[in-house]
Amino acid sequence: MKTNKSLPYLFIAPALLLFALFTIYPIFSSFVLSFQSMEGGKYVFTGLSNYTRLLGDDIFWKALGNTGIILIVQVPVMILLALVLANALNSQLLRLKGFFRVSFFLPAVTSLVAYSILFSIILQDEGIMNTVLGFFGIDAIQWLGDPFWAKVSIIVAMTWRWTGYNMVIFLAALQSLSHEVYEAADLDGANRIQKFFHVTVPQLKPVILFATILSTIGTLQLFDEPFNLTKGGPADSTMTLGLYIYQNGFKYFDFGYASAIAYVVVLLVGILTFFQFKFTGDKS
Amino acid sequence: MRKIGLYSMLGLFTIISIFPFYWMIIGATNESGKMFTNPPTLKPGDQFMTNLQNLNASIDLGRVFFNSVFVSVVYVIVALMVCSTAAYALSKFEFKGRNAIFTTLLLSMMIPYQATLIPLFQLMSNFNLLDTYFALIVPQLCFPFAIFLLRQNFLAFPTELIEAARLDGAGEMRIFLTIVLPSMKPAMAAAAIFLFMTQWNNFMWPLVATTSNEMATLPVALSSLIGLSIIDYGQVMMGVTIATIPIIVFFLALQRHFISGMLGSAVK
Repeated sequence: MKTNKSLPYLFIAPALLLFALFTIYPIFSSFVLSFQSMEGGKYVFTGLSNYTRLLGDDIFWKALGNTGIILIVQVPVMILLALVLANALNSQLLRLKGFFRVSFFLPAVTSLVAYSILFSIILQDEGIMNTVLGFFGIDAIQWLGDPFWAKVSIIVAMTWRWTGYNMVIFLAALQSLSHEVYEAADLDGANRIQKFFHVTVPQLKPVILFATILSTIGTLQLFDEPFNLTKGGPADSTMTLGLYIYQNGFKYFDFGYASAIAYVVVLLVGILTFFQFKFTGDKS
Repeated sequence: MRKIGLYSMLGLFTIISIFPFYWMIIGATNESGKMFTNPPTLKPGDQFMTNLQNLNASIDLGRVFFNSVFVSVVYVIVALMVCSTAAYALSKFEFKGRNAIFTTLLLSMMIPYQATLIPLFQLMSNFNLLDTYFALIVPQLCFPFAIFLLRQNFLAFPTELIEAARLDGAGEMRIFLTIVLPSMKPAMAAAAIFLFMTQWNNFMWPLVATTSNEMATLPVALSSLIGLSIIDYGQVMMGVTIATIPIIVFFLALQRHFISGMLGSAVK
């Protein structure tokens, strides 16, 4: 069927125009900016100076380390938990599936700011979390005031917010798996745990990869939670790359330096995505 | 036995998922100190109106709530137009550069938002558009994930129907609006919910793009409350509740479309 040649372009033009102006242009502009610094009220090209400054910036390394720790702990814990819950909800015998699915997904609907603030109140020294722990004879924990526990707080909050989201993705994938493989595993006498690790997980590999990459990209941009939960403290123990970009950009108005950090994040996303594809050996 | 184990595990996780929402409502109806008592206060109190009034005195609630609703609704309508036409072109027309455009859109989803934040801010600042609805709405109208989600669904629409309509002499815009779109309601609903939630919950961009209290959105105004030296937790909980309840109601009403739409794009 012949159609007017310019027609598809007319349909896509508004999106492309907006995309060029508000996504492509800023991506390049930010890259250029990362090689510039403010001198005498104007941005001038200063080569790699922003990047070399990063090398000696303790707070940057701390932010990088914190982001890395949160990533390494939170993402696997959440993915595993989401897989277990999805697997449980996929059970043939279970009733109330819809209820559980919606309850687990509910945290993923709320705003990052709202839930961060809510958690900051729950995790106060005299807050309900410590009161509940007290019932079990556990001493009060300084959730937000101790460098170690502040990181744990962020991890707990993120896990609460995102597990259901990933669970729903896994649940959909589980429902599209064929029953034959499970029947074969049954014949071989595999138990539930063996089936989970040797049948379910391998078959879900592409979806697990998809969810892991999304979570990785999200964690590398972590901002709303530390901003509202801990303000990056105590002693920068929850400073993240996202928060540090914001501080340099909009507290100190050092756009060049903030852009350089943003490009470190871009680079990290690229590298980690590459390795996740490589390690899982997914050719598609 | 195994069933009991399964239900207790799921029950435990349900409590963990739901309890913070319950606690939020307890907080919104009690005075500040009630959130830190031992044993904990687990019953709704009678401070609902007081907290609401205090919150309104702190952040001009009506205005901020209007901003969030207005920005989200206008955003969803315009973004749906932009994204659905683009998705239609990408799924139903052959044209030069189609694959390159689609790949670029997909790849851009991997670029962290923060890498575009500063130039966007400068752009808006140069055109004197900071602190306007324009700045809050326009920059993210082309939302690659929404285009992707819609395209997946448009691909399944039978091309023969489009061609038959063309033979009958229907214009392309008419075909799109009266033949294709009506049968794409579930996909459009899924995209709309997704776009609405993204915008309603958006924080970082509104935080930098607005400078006055009059233009703040709900998340920005909420965040400003906990920067105060003495925090009134009652009104903060009220604010969190007001930011959360509408989106939960919205989600519960439309969750079937939302979850199936999300799933469709994730698994395909």
